[in-house]
Amino acid sequence: MDLRDSPEERALRKKVRAWLRRNVPRELRDGPGAEYGDPARIEAAKRWQRKLYEAGYVAMGWPREYGGQGADLRTQTIVNEELVRARAPSLIGMMGIQMVGPTLIQWGTEEQKRRFLPPILTAEEIWCQGYSEPGAGSDLASLQTRAELVGDEFVVNGQKIWTSNAQFADWMFCLVRTDPEAPKHRGISYLLVDMKSPGITVRPLVQMTGDAGFNEVFFEDVRVPRKNLVGELHDGWRVANSTLLHERNMLGSATRTRQLFDRLCRLARTRERNGRKAIEDPFVRQRLGDLFARVEALRLDSYRQLSEAVRGSTRPTAASMTKLVGTELNHEICALALELLGSYAPLTRRSRRAIDRGIWAWEFQFTLGMIIGGGTSQIQKNILAERGLGMPRG
Amino acid sequence: MDFSLTEEQELLRRTAREFLAAECPPAFVRRLASEEDGFSSSFHRGISALGWPGLVVPEAYGGQGLGFLEAALLLEEFGRAAAPGYFAPSYVLAAAALRSASPRLARSWLPRLATGEAIGTVALFEESELLDARGVTGRARRTRGGFVLRGKKLFVPYARVADFFLAPFRLGSGIPLFFVPKETPGIRIEELSSYDLTRRLYEVHFHDVRVPEEHALFPKASPWSTFDGLLLLGALAVSADSLGGAESMLERSVEYSKVRQQFGRPIGSFQALKHMAAEMWVEIEFSRPLVWYAAHLCDTQPRRASVAVSMAKARTSEVFSSVADRAVQMHGGIGFTWEHDLHFWYKRAMANRAAYGDPAFHRERVVSEGLEGRRHASP
Ligand SMILES: Cc1cc2nc3c(=O)[nH]c(=O)nc-3n(C[C@H](O)[C@H](O)[C@H](O)COP(=O)(O)OP(=O)(O)OC[C@H]3O[C@@H](n4cnc5c(N)ncnc54)[C@H](O)[C@@H]3O)c2cc1C
Repeated sequence: MDLRDSPEERALRKKVRAWLRRNVPRELRDGPGAEYGDPARIEAAKRWQRKLYEAGYVAMGWPREYGGQGADLRTQTIVNEELVRARAPSLIGMMGIQMVGPTLIQWGTEEQKRRFLPPILTAEEIWCQGYSEPGAGSDLASLQTRAELVGDEFVVNGQKIWTSNAQFADWMFCLVRTDPEAPKHRGISYLLVDMKSPGITVRPLVQMTGDAGFNEVFFEDVRVPRKNLVGELHDGWRVANSTLLHERNMLGSATRTRQLFDRLCRLARTRERNGRKAIEDPFVRQRLGDLFARVEALRLDSYRQLSEAVRGSTRPTAASMTKLVGTELNHEICALALELLGSYAPLTRRSRRAIDRGIWAWEFQFTLGMIIGGGTSQIQKNILAERGLGMPRG
Repeated sequence: MDFSLTEEQELLRRTAREFLAAECPPAFVRRLASEEDGFSSSFHRGISALGWPGLVVPEAYGGQGLGFLEAALLLEEFGRAAAPGYFAPSYVLAAAALRSASPRLARSWLPRLATGEAIGTVALFEESELLDARGVTGRARRTRGGFVLRGKKLFVPYARVADFFLAPFRLGSGIPLFFVPKETPGIRIEELSSYDLTRRLYEVHFHDVRVPEEHALFPKASPWSTFDGLLLLGALAVSADSLGGAESMLERSVEYSKVRQQFGRPIGSFQALKHMAAEMWVEIEFSRPLVWYAAHLCDTQPRRASVAVSMAKARTSEVFSSVADRAVQMHGGIGFTWEHDLHFWYKRAMANRAAYGDPAFHRERVVSEGLEGRRHASP
């Protein structure tokens, strides 16, 4: 066990820190903060990702030939930690960078990798995830969106729902049923769909926060070239699952949690409660102490997972644990923040009385969504009990 | 950066698990529970032969010269087996404190500690149970060539089987630790009857106990020869123990859920139990890195270890208590019987929670030290 930075790592940390100090846009700090409903914000967020990429700090681990730097996991962790420290916003191209990108690196053809990976990094192409359907949520494998192979093209018909960012995404990675006769896990394929294709209709759905963050997406005879199939025909379930693992790690990410917690601490130090600073209240201290230990555990566990990955001994259920713990912890952090705010808690950022730009009530709701998305907490627990502990199905 | 165990450390863990599974099964724990001092000399000989008493004793004194991380790994296994609990006070706390004793004292006791010939213990707490300098009211008086000690210490583990005590007494404005052989006149020991049958606690009276000059350990090179240092090491040791105990209770519950049938199917197929088990597992897995990290800091940056230890202690105590509750529930009525082994761990969880600072005490330290940057002065 050795957690110190090597001299090179220390130098890298210093360099990244200095760069971020000069470059993180103030207006996006701690973001997203509000959903990307506003085109100006979307543009600003894309510019930020591009700038970060040009500085060399996006998806550093990807192979060089696809726009990455082949950096090791440790380097990426250092950069991530510095991004948190600098209160940098999360990236708008997240689903590309963290979900479909790594999936393509593992499963894609050479042509797919060269075509799709570089614009993910530069935010020139934004991706969305077409998994859930009205009838297929937790039971994802029961999805019904049909794709028939006609000549060199798939013809897609059906509907997706809860598709985050579809309103501005350029591409969708999408699960479709290509063999309706096969058992449900065996007739699914994984397609890359151009969102500008004729026959696609995107209808925004307003989330409880009031933002139109996700959508319904309808497919009517949408044509997708066969070369956009990832993995083998009818074998999309395996590909989909590797994306799900990446998604779970992304949602439970320790860095995001740390950012929220640091922010909660700033609030506790400044906010008055019962006539004194909130942080002086013994009950608040107890809860802060508990949250801090759990935030730290999440960070240390991510180091543990990193070391396991380096040795090629990843625990198969680690991503489910991370997702479960990280998303629930985020929500609890926000819940404590709301308590510190008292009557000010529900004020939106439009109110001039709102504290912290009204961000906490928004985050409190948003973090609940993350407990549901990517497989609910209950589903993660099923996975852990059955696959991890070997408890009987049924 | 590397957050993983070395092969030697993994080996130590495996060896410990196998040894304890063979030598310290629940039947043994049960037998020991009804014995006079909760001590078995044959078991003690067994662990001594493996060199574990000398784990953190420097090689120059016949020990293995390993660190607190190794000790934590071993203690986790002891917790898993609900093994008798004199290991931590003697071989971790006393050994660490004695490393900074005068060369003569160290030379005469550390080698004996390392071979298992001698057992030590710590007598840190008093009636008030205040976990800082205020809690030390026992006094040392200087006399020619030494000191006279007077006071009462409570919750002293294994006082009857120990050969010596390490106890803090006030001396002027300082609070040194004193090394006191058990046979010194003026010492009286009373057992404190405790529900935790796997560990014995005593009250020790020091009535004008005389010790020579060199038996005072003043905080010098080592942070471990202070009240606060030992409190931290104790908290670390108990954290590791709790981790192992919780893990063992979870495993037992999961195994039981696969064989016990109700409504025509194994109870483990009921989702209520699956989710309970999954939550227990996740809580345990996310405690482990806290314990490892705390131990690692005690080894590498002892003066910065305190927040990490407090985090580990607070979390593992909470987790062990609540895992223990749920484990008994997963067993139903059988889990509530004396016959069943589960209650040994259940009571150990109760005791661990309270020992060396309860979760509230440690959470407060996490905030004052970790978020507000206040230092806890070593007494
Ligand atoms: C903010 C947000 C963003 C999202 N973004 C996307 C996206 O971009 N792309 C996409 O494809 N999807 C997205 N989703 C959809 C998400 O993946 C699903 O909502 C989720 O998987 C749950 O499915 P469901 O909504 O159909 O709920 P259901 O599956 O109907 O679940 C309802 C309840 O039943 C429980 N339940 C269901 N089955 C079981 C079981 N076997 N055992 C125990 N409990 C069970 C669930 O845990 C839940 O509590 C998003 C969701 C949210 C909230």
